[in-house]
This record gives sequence, structure tokens and C-alpha cells, in this order.
Amino acid sequence: MQFEAREHTPLAFLLVVPLIAVLCSMLFASLLIMWAGQSPLQGFALIFEGAFGSTFAITETLAKTTPLIFTGLAAAIAFKAKFWNIGGEGQLYCGALAITWLGTGMIDLPPWLMIPFLIMVGMIAGATILMLPVFLKTQLKVDEVVTTLLLNFIILLFVGYCLEGPLKDPMSMGWPQAAPIIDNGIFPQLIERSRLHIGLIFALLAAVITWAIFRFTLWGFEIRAQGLNATAARHAGIKPNWTILKVALLSGGLAGLAGVSEVAGLKGYLTLDISPGYGYTGIAVAMLANLHPLGVILSALFLASIFVGADFMGRSIGVPNFIADIMVATSVLCILIGLLLCKYRIRFNPRLSKTSSVNREVS
Amino acid sequence: MVILEIDKISKSFASVVANKEISFSLNQGEILALLGENGAGKTTLMNILFGQYSADSGQIKAWGKILPANSTDAALKVGIGMVHQHFTLAENMTVLENVMLGTQSLFSLRSDTRAARAKITRICQTMGLSIAVDSYVSDLAIGERQRVEILKALYRDAKILILDEPTAVLTPQEVEGLFEMLRNMQKSGLSVIIISHKLDEILAISQSIVVLRQGEQVAKISTSSVDRGELAELIVGKKVLQPITHQLPPGEPVLHLKDVNLFKDSKGKYQLKNINLILHERQIIGIAGVSGNGQRELAEVISGILKINSGSFEILQRDCRSLSIKQLRKLKVARIPEDRHSAGIVGDMSVWENLMLEDLGADPCWSWGFWIKRAAAKTRAEQLIKKFDIRCANMQMPAKLLSGGNIQKLILARNFQLEPKLVLANQPVRGLDEGAISFVHQQLIDAKAGGSGVLLISEDLDELLRLCDYVQVMHNGELSKAYPREALTPKLLGILMSGGQLDTTDTPQILSSGSQINAV
Repeated sequence: MQFEAREHTPLAFLLVVPLIAVLCSMLFASLLIMWAGQSPLQGFALIFEGAFGSTFAITETLAKTTPLIFTGLAAAIAFKAKFWNIGGEGQLYCGALAITWLGTGMIDLPPWLMIPFLIMVGMIAGATILMLPVFLKTQLKVDEVVTTLLLNFIILLFVGYCLEGPLKDPMSMGWPQAAPIIDNGIFPQLIERSRLHIGLIFALLAAVITWAIFRFTLWGFEIRAQGLNATAARHAGIKPNWTILKVALLSGGLAGLAGVSEVAGLKGYLTLDISPGYGYTGIAVAMLANLHPLGVILSALFLASIFVGADFMGRSIGVPNFIADIMVATSVLCILIGLLLCKYRIRFNPRLSKTSSVNREVS
Repeated sequence: MVILEIDKISKSFASVVANKEISFSLNQGEILALLGENGAGKTTLMNILFGQYSADSGQIKAWGKILPANSTDAALKVGIGMVHQHFTLAENMTVLENVMLGTQSLFSLRSDTRAARAKITRICQTMGLSIAVDSYVSDLAIGERQRVEILKALYRDAKILILDEPTAVLTPQEVEGLFEMLRNMQKSGLSVIIISHKLDEILAISQSIVVLRQGEQVAKISTSSVDRGELAELIVGKKVLQPITHQLPPGEPVLHLKDVNLFKDSKGKYQLKNINLILHERQIIGIAGVSGNGQRELAEVISGILKINSGSFEILQRDCRSLSIKQLRKLKVARIPEDRHSAGIVGDMSVWENLMLEDLGADPCWSWGFWIKRAAAKTRAEQLIKKFDIRCANMQMPAKLLSGGNIQKLILARNFQLEPKLVLANQPVRGLDEGAISFVHQQLIDAKAGGSGVLLISEDLDELLRLCDYVQVMHNGELSKAYPREALTPKLLGILMSGGQLDTTDTPQILSSGSQINAV
């Protein structure tokens, strides 16, 4: 068996690969559903119904899509420059913590100022915490995978401390939760009596802006160049440390924004479980989208619908909703294998193919 | 006696035909040269012979028996040994250990160094090799390392030796030594296949020549029946015109390096030591030297990647010691990097994006402040593609799909569009075919005629002696004085490259080359 580099990747491949990946993950999940003693068809029908079956289901799915778009973009931007920011989760909580600190009464502005203010605060907080790994990487060459990953736990423990101590809401009857964000800072709902809030619009805007940055600006060009060939970028005068800094600011800011949107948009106050690992799932979102900012929207929607749908299926027929995690994992694996096959083709046992394969290649 | 027969070997990679029905045979005690441009299929053929690739069709017979395909073990067993262009030695081990490496059973508890030592001594005596068996490979010069590689093959009882571009890394003197050794081996019955594209060397050492062109065998001839011109024509497929250069009256100094020092680390190990160089307008100065003697560092200093520790560095009488790469670029410095694939282009970006790689943000034709002028940039790219004849299907295709020559044209286009005052060309034609070589050389000559100063760093002595007005030689981080081209020959350059000195009078003579400190 040999891998051979393809000179051209057919466009159809790039479009079909995500679909095949999704199908493979469904195939795998159906085995598990059968193992749980249920019919896979019914299972998938329930997943679909749970995600898109009613207005409520759709709003729930979209509400879950929102933070995934933010964290997905955060990962996609960083990975484009080969800056491996695994700390989306921590940056998300930093954003959430910062607006809890400033937005629960310390500062009061009219809504049209308060919401942008909170967004800015959250982005700055997410970006700031990422400066530590950036400093360690650029000055001391410490691997950012380790530092960003481990920082997640430190931040999470710190948030836990804050919720039990200085930021604990005296009205919470003992629950470890912070005081609610003041009314002027709460994101307006998009649809009455749903959990869908204006954060989704911000997320879509963020995706479009990110796409535009990569396509139309100097920054985007430099980030892409550095990620694709750091040596050539350096030779062309693109300063590697500056590029990492820019990337980290964008990436950390977007992850922080996810925290803002969850606290000020969805829940209203900070708890230790505002994110069931959105920071980590964002990495899967970015991979599934092949790091394309607009693709992030679709892959975030896909993963959100699986999560929401699997919950519904779990409640209806008693299949554990862990199947959602397995589907996400298998689809990401399938996408990675699929992308490999986009770049290379496999030739089995070249000795048997002999001259016939030569003719085929030429024609 | 025919010991090796190659019979209609074909091999293709995807749509590229690397070898097409190649057939020739090798006699005992014969030195056969395999000639061809880069990409003609020489290395592929040898890799098939050595069992690293399997051929799509055809077979190889050694001593009358068919050699199993795709088995390096089988090739080694019948007595085929290969010395690759890039050495495969463990530097932290001695010569003896390197030679024995891989020849012993994994499960044997004792290693029979005495028998190995005896065998090596015997081989060295019969073949006329001289080598210090107990010295560490890291202490050996390049030429000696090559001998270790050959010894490795002989130790495994090789009767056919394949040498892939053996002279690429050697000085002319070392080449002489290698050839003498090969002649000795030939006398004791060894057969050699030597891969090269250096015609003079091939004519000097081989008995027969096989010429490949684009994967096809275009000639199998005996060396005595051809001359250099005919051979060159066979390789390229057409008459080769070499661009000619004329001496021009030099103008103002463009680049001035005075007592430049560059340290590797705080311990003060020199990478560049007391470099002095003055390059004027309408001049080409060549930097010769065996690779790894500081040429890369010199190029990186002039590009602004490395900052010098002491001395002065001026371009157009402007102090450049602390300028960034982009600032240097604004002084109209064109740079052709040594490794065009890794430093010259971003392979996964499109051709047009690569054309603006270096000047984006500085040159208003590509961007308006922060914004890339995509439409204008593409128009501009199209003009450059036309002007420099970059052959590409369209400008959206990834630059990595271009051929080596077209990648180099892309880099030239990017650099020469700014009408440079200083051209820094580091190994600009390495690995290119004849057509691309003469294109690149013509561009350098035109740049000189247009008033730029050209600094040409090269390991190809013919190239240097043909193009340059003056040549300076680098050795161990030091740069010799500038010798006018007329005063130099490849042989004299070879002495300088290995650290020797020349007499300073008009008729150059060897002063002290006795020490022969070799560069590592």
C-alpha cells in the first residue's frame, strides 16, 4: 500500500468529504443504537425531531449553535496560523467571569452601550489570558498546547473559587452561582419565550468578519502565510511573533465572546456549568469545517443539532445521549481521514497493477 | 562479462513518467555513467535497482538471475551497494561502528569487532582506501565521510557500487581523490554506476554513458566516442546557448560590508568572521565555497534575517545593521533564496498570492492600507506572469504545483519587478534544467546591465567563472579577498575552498595548501 500525492484535488471531493464523514459517523452510531436495543432509523428520526422537529427544538439547536460558532472560530483562526490554542474553554470562562465582575451592578449603562461594553470586556478578558501562553511561546519557546490546555483547569478552579467566595450571589440560597447580569446588559431575545438570543446574530457576524479578514486583509494574508509556510513567511519579512500575537488576540477574544454570550444571553448569571466543554468542542467544529470561517457556521449547527437531538432521543427511548459525543468524535475522525484522501491517493500493491495502471494514469 | 542487465524498466508516478523502457547492461570492472538533467529519471532508476521502488514493468537481472523487485535486502545480498547523495551516517559513532551498523544479528550478544576490523583493513588495502577506522564521523571532512559510505557498501561485499551525485559536495581536489579511488576499485573488479550531471567529470572517469531525458533513454554510448558538446546536446535535446556577460564600468558601491562578525552564541563561536566585501553597480561578485561555510549566514545577514554582532553593513551608503526585512526590502534589495520551496514560496497559496508575498503592505500596487486590492493585484500578477513567462494553468493554482524552473521564475518576477539596486542570488540555478538556468542567468546579466549590483552565491564553479567579475571564497566563516575572474581556474578556487592560500602576484601560484584543513 502506498500513498501518492495528488496534484489536483477535485472540487467535488472537498464537498463530498464532509457528507461522507457525517454518514460514516451515523453508521457507527447506528451500531451503538442497535446495541442499546433500539432501531437506528427510529433513533435518527428522533435525533432529527429533537433538533428540528418544532419551533422550540429549532430555537434550542440554534441557541446551542451560538457558542459553538464562537469557539469554533477561535480554534479555526488559531489553527490557521498553526498556533494550537486548546484553551478555548478557559478563555470562555474568563470572558464570562469578567462580565460578571463588571456587569452585575458595578457599571450601569443604557442597553445600547452596556451590551457592546460587555462584549468588549469579555473579548479583552479572553484575549488577555491567552497572552501568558503567547509570552511563554514567543520568548521561551514553551509549547502552547501544554500551556493553553493546563490553563483551562486553573481558570476553572479560579471561577469555582469566585463563585463560592467573592462573587457568590447572596440571594442564591447556597448555590454556587454569581449575581445576575443587570437588565441593561442582558442580550435581547430573538424569538419570544425561547432561549434564542441576539448572540446568534453576533456569532454569524463574527464568522463573516473573520472570513473577510482572511480574504481581504493584510492580517489574514500574513496569518495564512505563516501557517502554511513559516520559513517563507519569515523570509518575506512577516514577523512570526507579531503574527502569533494578532492570532491570539483574535482567537482569545472570540472564545471570551462565547462566555459573554452564554452568561449575558442564555443564562443571565455565571455558574460553573455554563459550558459543557464548548471550548473543546470548538476544536471539533473547526476541524469539521476544515478551518473555513463560514464552514464553521455549518459545522457548529451540525454538532449542536446532534447534541440537542441526542438528548431528545435519550429522553424518548432511553438510549444514552453519550452517543452524541461518539458521533461528533467519529465524524471528526472521518473528516480528517477524508481530507488526507483529498491530498493523497492510496495505491494498493503497485506490483500487481503493472502496465495497466500506467495507461490509466496517462489517460 | 555482463553482470547486470536492466531490461525495459518503466515507472511512473501518477501522470509523470519517470522511466520509460530503459535497458542497458553493466560489465564487470566497468564504470558506467548515468547522465541527465534533474528530473530525467536517474535517481528513480537507481532506486528501482536498489529495491526502494518497484518498477511498473520490466526486470533486472544480476549475474543472470532475476532480482526480486522492491527488496533492498535482495539487492544488498547479490552485491549491489548504494551511496546516496545525502549521507546516512551516525555522527556520534566511530567509522568502525558505522560500518558494522546493521550487519550484525539483532540477537547476537557479542560483537566481533576484531573480525570486522580485519575485514576493513583488507578492503582498504585492496581498494586503496585510506581511512582512520576509530575516528568519530563528526570529526571527518565531507570527502572522508563519503569514503566511509563507500566502505560501508564494500564491507557488505558490494560488487556493484551506485554513486548518486558523488561530486556534488566535493571540492575539485577531493573529486580527484575520489576518482583515483574509483579507478583502483575498478582494477580489482568492482563495477560502478555513477550518477551525475557534470559532463567533464563523467568524461574523465567513465567508460560508457547512458543518457536519460524526461524518463527516456536517449543514448547508450562509449565515452571515447563522444565529446562534451555532443553530450550536452544529448542531455538537453537541443543546442544550449550560454548567456554571455561583458565587463561594464562599475558605478557607486551598492553593498559594503566591513569587518562583519556574527557569533553563533554567547560563547563567541564565529559564524562569520571579519567579512569584507564591496559590491558596485554594474558588477557581479561571486561567493564560492563548499556549502555550510557561512554562505547561508551571509545571505541571511544581507536579507535582514540575522543581525550582525559587530562591523558595518551598508547598502547604498545607508547603515543597515538594525533594519528589518521589510525596511531592507524598501531599499530595493532583491533576494533569491537558497531553498526556493521552503523559503521562496508558500506552496499552498496561489500563484498570484505568492507574487505579492514579499511586498504586500509596502507596495501600493497590491494593497490599500490594510486592504488587499484583489482585482488590481490579480491584474498585476497577470502582467508579471506574462512578462516572466511563468507557465501555469491559471494564477489560482497552488504555487507548489509549478515546476522548479517556474517557481524560480515566480521568485524572479517578484523580485525584479521592483527594479532592484542589489540582487542577492543564493544558489539561483541549483536543480534547474538547462532552459531555466539560461533564463535565470540572463536575468542576472540584465540586472547588472541595468545598473544593479549582483551578489551570486554558488557552489557551481563553472557558473561563477562564467558570470562573475570578481569571486570571493568562503571558508569556515571567513571570506577571501576578491579575485578577478581572469585570474582564477576551478583548480585555484578548489584550493581556496579548502582553506588554502593563493599568491597575490599577477600569476597566481599555490602558496600554502599543504595544511588542507577541510571544511565540515
